[in-house]
Amino acid sequence: MKRLTSLIRKEFYHIFRDKRTLLILFGMPVVQILLFGYAITNEIKDAHIAILDQSNDEVSRRLTDKLVASGYFLPDGQAESIGDVEQLFKEGRIKMAVVVEPDFADKLQHEGGASVQLLADATDPNMANTLVNYATAIIQNFQLELNQPGQPPILVGAEVRLQYNPSLKGVFLFVPGLITILLMLVSAMMTSISIAREKETGTMEVLLASPMNPGQVIIAKVVPYFSLAFLDAVVVLLLGRYVFGVPIMGSVPLLLAEIMLFIIMALSLGILISTVAQTQQTALLLSLMGLMLPTILLSGFIFPIENMPLPLQIISHIIPARWFIVIEKAIMLKGVGIAYFWKETLILIGFTVFFIGVSIKKFNVRLG
Amino acid sequence: MSNSIIEVENLTKRFGTFKAVDSISLEVKQGEIFGFLGANGAGKTTAMKMLSGLLSPTSGKAMVAGFDVFKQQNQIKKSIGYMSQRFSLYDDLTIKENIRFYGGIYGLKRKQWKEKGERLIKRLGLDEVEGKLLKDLPLGWKQKLAFSIAILHDPKIVFLDEPTGGVDPITRRQFWEMIYEAAHDGITVFVTTHYMDEAEYCDRISMMVDGRVEAYDTPEGLKKKYGVKTMNEVFIKVARP
Repeated sequence: MKRLTSLIRKEFYHIFRDKRTLLILFGMPVVQILLFGYAITNEIKDAHIAILDQSNDEVSRRLTDKLVASGYFLPDGQAESIGDVEQLFKEGRIKMAVVVEPDFADKLQHEGGASVQLLADATDPNMANTLVNYATAIIQNFQLELNQPGQPPILVGAEVRLQYNPSLKGVFLFVPGLITILLMLVSAMMTSISIAREKETGTMEVLLASPMNPGQVIIAKVVPYFSLAFLDAVVVLLLGRYVFGVPIMGSVPLLLAEIMLFIIMALSLGILISTVAQTQQTALLLSLMGLMLPTILLSGFIFPIENMPLPLQIISHIIPARWFIVIEKAIMLKGVGIAYFWKETLILIGFTVFFIGVSIKKFNVRLG
Repeated sequence: MSNSIIEVENLTKRFGTFKAVDSISLEVKQGEIFGFLGANGAGKTTAMKMLSGLLSPTSGKAMVAGFDVFKQQNQIKKSIGYMSQRFSLYDDLTIKENIRFYGGIYGLKRKQWKEKGERLIKRLGLDEVEGKLLKDLPLGWKQKLAFSIAILHDPKIVFLDEPTGGVDPITRRQFWEMIYEAAHDGITVFVTTHYMDEAEYCDRISMMVDGRVEAYDTPEGLKKKYGVKTMNEVFIKVARP
């Protein structure tokens, strides 16, 4: 155990002394999520909205004034009925509609709560989401103002309805996809390069000549990358949650457990690559061509699998990332439990067992 | 045979149909400096890997430090030190961290590697640079350090695979002084080299040609046998009959 700690400590030294490695580990997640996030986020300023105030009393006007005064929204077009709103959406004149229910002030006073409906055009899902988030925040703020200490609480509910794309297809996909790519990069690519480096410099021989057995050497290699990859995933999840409002609807422990499974899968893939690659460059090329590109292109992260030609769809089945993205989306966006993706989980476990098995076999053949 | 520490009998390693090591036999005595010579591809490295527990032999018999190379590779690894022909320390670690790392993987206690490490640093005169990354040191110093670290855990045998490649003559000389010192302390030194002048420093040597041991004696004995004055001539006679 003590020997293993020596090995692991050494791996951390390697990582923390290499600026390039550090940059990939910590700079990239932040830069990528910000890039991806903002690249598909339009600036929210004077977004065209329609206001349908079916109550038109003093309180409701205060609310709509507050929304307009925020500077994010610009009322556009007259809406007298839901039909008008529909029309404005269809014409593409507005991105969001605020519908205040009838007898707003009355309900607030006598029933302790009233609601505002936010309809957003989700054909541009990211935009829709941002608009709704802003409006919701303003409405919540308004509710705070209404509530006086010592009086029964008043609730102003914001009811969100996404038009045209209620399942928000495409949106939020970048966080699961990004996590997948980062985990692949850190676990598979960096591990294989790091093992190849030991072979290239000749230190692997010395390690193998020491009382450490090959299994321990490999474990010591992967422990740091396992923890750092996990940290990366958490960073992306947090940034996604607090910068872009990407939710985690389902169980967080389950999500983290699946992330760990995927990391182990990717690490075993990295080990497999390093049994083939003798130099860092080969390891890098193999990982880039064999892992990163398929992961980015064929996993459904950027291009929907359903739209691919059939041969590519078939190939996508052997891309572990494809299954992992399904799992992530299920937990994060749909909030469902393991019952809905046990098959995908089993497939990932299968990949892991397969990669480890082949690595051991290759390793033994070489020692033969 | 009581004081022999390596005993090899008809040891063979086959890769497919190719015999990399073809039935070699030799014996190394405790505390001696044994030169293991041969041209590139003669099977030196394969033989050495089998003796150091890195590779399983195909057939034959060999005992290293009293352990069987077929079954007790792990015990062998604990009793030997190993320094490869390529630089075997970590460039991005400091001298101290390298010492600590190798001490760690050989299971030395904190107190042990600290004491030994300090002694080692003092002996090599590295006090002022002990906190520096290894890549900032000249190659000669690194090689000397690598050797010292390879014997940090007091192994019975140290295997050196072309330890002086690419090193200047003065450092090579100093390096051999360190080897003598280690041998004087009772460590058996098993060394491969390309430099025939270095072969002269060995107590006994063996020469491999095409997987077989073709010559096996003291340097003096070999020179006498082949009727030449230098080891270089011996080597040429043995390698190209």
